[in-house]
Amino acid sequence: MPEPTPVTSRRGLLFGTAAVSAGALLVGCTSNDTTSEKPAANDRSAADDKPGKHVTIGFAGPQADHGWLNAINDNAKSRAKKYGDVTLEITEGSNDTAAQIGQIETLINKKVDVLVVLPADGKALTQVGLKAMRAGIPVVNLDRIFNSPQAYRCWIGGDNYGMGLSAGRYIGEKLKDKPNARVVELAGLDNLELTKQRTQGFDAALKNYPNIRKVARQAAEFTVESGQSKMAQLLQAQSRFDALWNHDDDQGVGALRAIKQAGRDDFLMVGGAGALSAFQAIKADDGVLKATVLYPPTMAASAIDLARALGQGKGVGGLAEFEIPASLTLYSAVVDKDNVGQYMSTGFR
Amino acid sequence: MTQPVSPPRGGTGQASPVSELPAWRSLAARADVRTLSLLGVLAALVVIGGITKPDEFLDTRNLQLVLTQASVIGVVTVGMTFVITSGGIDLSVGAIVALASVWATTVATQEYGFAGILFTAMIVGVGCGLVNGLLIAYGGLVPFIATLAMLASARGLALQITDGRTQIVTVDTVLKLGERDSYLLGIPPLVLVFAVVTVIGWLILNRTTFGRRTVAVGGNAEAARLAGIDVRRQRLYLYLLSGLCCGIAAFLLIILSGSGQNTNGNLYELDAIAAAIIGGTLLSGGRGTITGSVLGVLIFTTITDIFALNNLQSDVQQIAKGAIIVAAVLVQRRTASTT
Repeated sequence: MPEPTPVTSRRGLLFGTAAVSAGALLVGCTSNDTTSEKPAANDRSAADDKPGKHVTIGFAGPQADHGWLNAINDNAKSRAKKYGDVTLEITEGSNDTAAQIGQIETLINKKVDVLVVLPADGKALTQVGLKAMRAGIPVVNLDRIFNSPQAYRCWIGGDNYGMGLSAGRYIGEKLKDKPNARVVELAGLDNLELTKQRTQGFDAALKNYPNIRKVARQAAEFTVESGQSKMAQLLQAQSRFDALWNHDDDQGVGALRAIKQAGRDDFLMVGGAGALSAFQAIKADDGVLKATVLYPPTMAASAIDLARALGQGKGVGGLAEFEIPASLTLYSAVVDKDNVGQYMSTGFR
Repeated sequence: MTQPVSPPRGGTGQASPVSELPAWRSLAARADVRTLSLLGVLAALVVIGGITKPDEFLDTRNLQLVLTQASVIGVVTVGMTFVITSGGIDLSVGAIVALASVWATTVATQEYGFAGILFTAMIVGVGCGLVNGLLIAYGGLVPFIATLAMLASARGLALQITDGRTQIVTVDTVLKLGERDSYLLGIPPLVLVFAVVTVIGWLILNRTTFGRRTVAVGGNAEAARLAGIDVRRQRLYLYLLSGLCCGIAAFLLIILSGSGQNTNGNLYELDAIAAAIIGGTLLSGGRGTITGSVLGVLIFTTITDIFALNNLQSDVQQIAKGAIIVAAVLVQRRTASTT
């Protein structure tokens, strides 16, 4: 696969923004231009893409208040646009449970053929999922899972435990020959179940390496600001460690800033999620960030594929089954310098 | 360091319910007890930090770190202290910080470099403060409602501007200020700004007509009006001042985090109010202390630091923070009623 040209930095120069100074910036030369509106790199659809009967897909998601959710929306929209036989009815994103229930009910009343729902809160939206299924509208539950399997026909989402496992294994392999290796974890928002799963996976993977000990864990809030302040404190608390796993690339922008401010470079860092800025830093290889484990927003494009297949009564291309699967868990691949080119176009901002 | 004479309590002379006889003496004593009790808490925290993590806590770098982390919220708290002293409240500070920081870090603004970012942050802060002030002083809205509305709309606007994305700062001169090379005699520039804002805030509140009017408006607005103070204009200026502080804080946050994000300044309103109240500023207005507020901020930041150094998790930190707010206010009420 050809390496994508560094569009961002070139545009940065054209804009006359301080692209030169960008080099000094830890996260590479991300300026704020808008170039990555492209769809996911992987254009192969999950289901057979021969045109079929027309399908109207209703899509309801939370408010896109950070990069990953933006990428989810972009992925869903651009994939739907690709099909001549799909109409996407997309609702305004909302984090308010009542509002999201209302939006989904509207979509049910409009009699869309299939629903794709990324609930702001999976448990709270279970009832409306059940309602849609009872009304004969199959539901593709995206990422945050409903409480009852009766509330969806198919679930597709990321693997938080697997993210932890992948991060732990990568760090474990890098440090396996180092006696008394010390590892630090900068977790995400602690009141989310997914944060605990990421930590459990990480701990489970590290158990395979008796020479490695996790010496500290602090939870940030998935924001740049919290990433900076929690990381600054972790760095002060741990005068020596060998690896850091940071659950989220957005808060990683802050964490990298704190690392630069403290003048530390004596460890390797692994990020999480797959932000463009992280990919660029990994590619440039001029800082502590050496890899990131994916939580791919391309799942939204796949969800549209699955919804279309459901609407047209197809199976998934390449699989022997006549029907689409009941559940699909994405793999949290590790992206490092060797394969970053392949993933660059999926990076979100 | 702290002034032996208490800040004047209500320029109109009728604000103080207790002091009929010894007047300033008991007031001075009480103010001192308050400041001393806060210093005591801070000292106790330093001892705890020193015992649990002597190498990491009692370290110049840690002092720099604590003060740096305190700077952003500290500047906001100085502005908040004025507003609360006047009997008002500003719930929009966090949202204003967010809006100012994202507006100042858009591509368009970054093209103008350091000055562009600084100027935009200030203008946005003051602009939001102006809207708050006009709504409250001349529109007759209750501060709680007006600033709540500003909270919602400023956050919304911040989200709209960024589209939920993190805006990374590429202006070198801004980023430099957050790094070790630009420390002056070991003092980070952010901390210097915080110190300057604190000193100016203290002088304004305790040594100027503006400060006396603020206290008077908070003590009894009607009496202040009768005494010839233009209460509405005073209120307008106070929310402007709070907005300005938010603009400064946003700029500091941009330096610190190297980016603008719509989630910036999350829950600053609560932290600033908590710090001001712990410091001894009356939520009902009429009494305010910058020294106390700053000590309140330092206490919170030091707790966070000690907890992080000891690798305690954030749930424990929140519980402790709540307990300290309650304890500090209880202690103050006790000292206030016994002296």
